[in-house]
Amino acid sequence: MVTQTEIKKMLENGTSQVPHGEVYIVEERCKGCGLCIAFCPKHVLVQSDRINEKGYHPPELVEVPPTDICIGCGMCERICPDFAIFVKTDKDKEKKRD
Amino acid sequence: MPIHKAEHHPLDAYLRTERLPHVWCPGCGLGIALGAYLRALQNVGFDPQETVMVSGIGCSGRAAGYVKMDSFHTTHGRAIPFAVGLKAARPELNVTVFSGDGDLFSIGGNHILHAARRNVNITVLAINNYVYGMTGGQLAPTTPESSITTTSPYGNIESPFNIAGLMAVAGASYVARWTTVHERRLQKSIEKALTKRGFSIVEIMSPCPTTFGRRNNMRGIVDSMMYYKKYSVIKEHPNPLDGVIKPGEKFIVGEFMDAPDEPTFEDKLEELKNKEFLKTSQADRTTWILEHRRHLETLAKIIGGEQ
Repeated sequence: MVTQTEIKKMLENGTSQVPHGEVYIVEERCKGCGLCIAFCPKHVLVQSDRINEKGYHPPELVEVPPTDICIGCGMCERICPDFAIFVKTDKDKEKKRD
Repeated sequence: MPIHKAEHHPLDAYLRTERLPHVWCPGCGLGIALGAYLRALQNVGFDPQETVMVSGIGCSGRAAGYVKMDSFHTTHGRAIPFAVGLKAARPELNVTVFSGDGDLFSIGGNHILHAARRNVNITVLAINNYVYGMTGGQLAPTTPESSITTTSPYGNIESPFNIAGLMAVAGASYVARWTTVHERRLQKSIEKALTKRGFSIVEIMSPCPTTFGRRNNMRGIVDSMMYYKKYSVIKEHPNPLDGVIKPGEKFIVGEFMDAPDEPTFEDKLEELKNKEFLKTSQADRTTWILEHRRHLETLAKIIGGEQ
């Protein structure tokens, strides 16, 4: 856990990093409710045209603009009622804040 | 662009994955509430072997079948009596009741009042979706006024329960209310409720798009969630009596009550077991009872003689 003072220092030094997340899906559990799409703060997800085993449309990553925009906040994981989607944060792919 | 495919979810350790996908409708809040509970359990560090989930009848009752721990699917409204009995017999277990508003507050309404009064050390997660979802969306004691259900097609004329106020007055130690939109806060609140000594209840406002939403101008799956996001107001230490919910008006979410620790039902039971009288042997107790009875008989004779 990063403290408030540490965050302040990072912002002052310009060493703050934008976290990066990778979205994973257990596709056969998805019911296509669209809550992950509606509640993603970075609008990374859209509904796909594909159908899964049960006939629902699982989400997919947005093509344009940038696909690596996920910050790994985990909102989709928390809001998913079907235990289908989750995020893994990737330390190596963190970018410097502009 | 397709997402990475995975075989396992981080919560799979707590779930009976062979039974997934679950029976709940797309967009149902029960999955979110169950996820929040399992994450809270993970964070608090309770051993699943020492944890029991009890559920009643209704959509929420199915939750007991999906968790990989001891669970019991009780008869309608009797989740609380089962949990109280379990806690009295095995006080070392962590007992959680995961049930709906219809099960806990209409048919089981009496039980929850008395469990709160006795301050039994259990955690209750009351999933409030305003209606009896599984049977087709009938009027429940929590349906807001003027809402349309299958048994109130012209609008509900009854006023609903204020669950927070009711539980606070009945004697609960911890009372909170969150919606499924506030997942992070909900999880923190459940963690607090699990570790709290005494009767703790977390009311979880959950959408029912299939039987409630579509009759009340929330036709889409996301609409009910957006309604909660728009109309909920987070307050610090709100008054439980302000917890009334009216459709189309802002409602309060937050921690309504966090009372200081008081002796629980199990503490008092343990105290009773340690009383001098009950510690003595069976033979001693028999002589005591016989003496006492003789004493009473003589007393009765004296009274009888006087009359």
